[in-house]
Amino acid sequence: MHKVKDNINYDAGHKVVTIDASPNRIPIKYQVLNEQIHQILNEGYKHIKLINVVGQRFIGAALSGDIRLEVHGTPGNDLGIFMDGPTIEVFGNVEDQAGNTMNGGDIIIHGSARDVTGLSARAGNIFVKGNGGYRCAVHIKQFRHKRPVMVFGGSVRQFFGEYMAGGLLIVLGLVIKEDGTFSVMEGNIVENAIGTGIHGGMIMIARPKEEIPCHFLGVGTKISDPIEPDMKDLEKVLERYSQIFHVDSKELLEMDFSKITAISRRPFASNYCSRSL
Amino acid sequence: MKWENYTTYPSSFKDDKVFDACGISGFINTDGKIENGAKVVDMITCLKDRENGLGAGFAVYGCFPDQKDDYCFQMILNDMETKDGVKHFMEKHGKVTKEEPIDVDVEGFVSLNPPVLWRFFYQPDEDKTMGNDDDFIMQLHMKINDGFDRNAFVMSAGKNMAVFKGNGWSYEIADFYKIRDYEGYMWLAHSRFPTNTPGSWFGAHPFSLLSWSVIHNGEITSYGTNKRYLEMFGYKCNLLTDTEVLAYLFDLLIRRHDIPPTIATLAFNPPLYDTIEKMTKEQQIVVKNIRMAYRSAMVNGPFSIAVGSVIHDDPTLITLTDRKKLRPQLIGESRDGKTFFVSSEEASFQRLMISEENHAEITNVWAPRAGMPFIARVGTGLLRSGKEEPFEKITLHVDEYPPEVSI
Repeated sequence: MHKVKDNINYDAGHKVVTIDASPNRIPIKYQVLNEQIHQILNEGYKHIKLINVVGQRFIGAALSGDIRLEVHGTPGNDLGIFMDGPTIEVFGNVEDQAGNTMNGGDIIIHGSARDVTGLSARAGNIFVKGNGGYRCAVHIKQFRHKRPVMVFGGSVRQFFGEYMAGGLLIVLGLVIKEDGTFSVMEGNIVENAIGTGIHGGMIMIARPKEEIPCHFLGVGTKISDPIEPDMKDLEKVLERYSQIFHVDSKELLEMDFSKITAISRRPFASNYCSRSL
Repeated sequence: MKWENYTTYPSSFKDDKVFDACGISGFINTDGKIENGAKVVDMITCLKDRENGLGAGFAVYGCFPDQKDDYCFQMILNDMETKDGVKHFMEKHGKVTKEEPIDVDVEGFVSLNPPVLWRFFYQPDEDKTMGNDDDFIMQLHMKINDGFDRNAFVMSAGKNMAVFKGNGWSYEIADFYKIRDYEGYMWLAHSRFPTNTPGSWFGAHPFSLLSWSVIHNGEITSYGTNKRYLEMFGYKCNLLTDTEVLAYLFDLLIRRHDIPPTIATLAFNPPLYDTIEKMTKEQQIVVKNIRMAYRSAMVNGPFSIAVGSVIHDDPTLITLTDRKKLRPQLIGESRDGKTFFVSSEEASFQRLMISEENHAEITNVWAPRAGMPFIARVGTGLLRSGKEEPFEKITLHVDEYPPEVSI
């Protein structure tokens, strides 16, 4: 594996290290880039800025601790996979499977997320300014204080939160501009099979429940109006979201939300084992 | 041609981590601007993580403006003897107006073990074609693939277009064929990760028939059904790879049956019946009729494809994914709105944006909806972005309602 070193720029005053992921405008292999990130972290730096990222995969894989990664460009598949604690801020769109099986930390995306974002997440936050793709937040779960939270500023596609067993998902259905002003999207902001096979957790959609066609709801889900504790929960998350993207949190909370949850405590109990158990 | 004679496993295939994917890339200049292959080579080679060195290929449209009325046969041949046989066979039915070896860098890529690569420009005899040149060339294409004991394969046989493909990494194939020296207004590129079939020269993408060329990421699990269906119409599938049925299906539905591309893609990706139930009455009739008439043309399995074509003399780029979008596909639009890019990953667009010599300003990137076609055409520009509902922007005229049945 060839080593590239000229692409690292140490800015000692600000304690920020910049890595050019495409020195001489040619993208380096993802193995090399991730190796360089590890080296810099081993040297004690906590803040890394990656520029000219061109589809390098697994950025931030399995990192833990108080680390901050800034990504300029388009990170490749599996951004922040197995991550446990760091913050990754992406100035652009991401590719598929961002936040795959993440166990903690924040992924902030100033663009759109693609398919299968946040699959199997165990905890941590994913804040997306734009839209999500197909099968976002599939198979997420929570345990005690470990609870994944994902907010999509725009719309999401089919199979949102499929098989989810915990966590909080929010779809805002907005077009958020650079300056923080926003307009409400026209048409449906979710598609069919929302939360199919759900066991636990909560999906909040910024539309009144009458406006969500009932055939969009997945197997084992029910739709209702949020109650007081749900709104408090929502408030905390949206407070944070609005700080990140400079949106007025009051305006966000004024929208009508509907809540999608599992139809019962164990909706599929009879599918897996006999009732006598 | 024995495929094992033409399969080489690159050394890095053994120790590098293997990923499960194919890479697709391409672009169309809807203003008809001619560009060389450097951009598309950049786009596909930066998706290196998606390939494993067992096949890559390129398709270019508008590359032979001096001989645009002749069919250009790009051939893969086992030896020079077969080449003479093929030429003799072709001359029985028409005139070879020009022949030449395809310009390749053999010395630089001995390890690829390349076969004989030859190009014929061809005009079929009028009395043989009965006025339908395209049908005749399609049959000739099938006969060459079938008739030379697997020693001769047609890479492409369209007018003013060419396919270059082989067994190797995309950067190797690009340099081997000197792709940067060709010029065209539409380019497609593919890097292969073969899953169910061996890597081989003739099994690399794009798969082509007449002016159609298809690049594909995914698997066609309905291959057997589609193959038997196509055999009824004279198409023979003997390239050992599922993607070839797509090239033939597009030819059958859009060229021979003259179905508009938006409706033909509904035949490949028919909506589920619970979706059909929610449509208007006219739409239901159309979709149900398509489902019934083209039941065996339904394409099952995960796929993301890009198709280059010339429909009614207009070069057209069509892209499509399966109904659940199990393979990635992104569309990028240039700042002036004249060039549309397609790729498996946004990295390809980013690669062009940071590049100096092959720079492109891509300002608008979107993911098409599952099962919805993106269509752009030279001259007209963007026809469908892929974000529409199935019948959006389409006027349906249903003359006869099926009789109401009451019991």
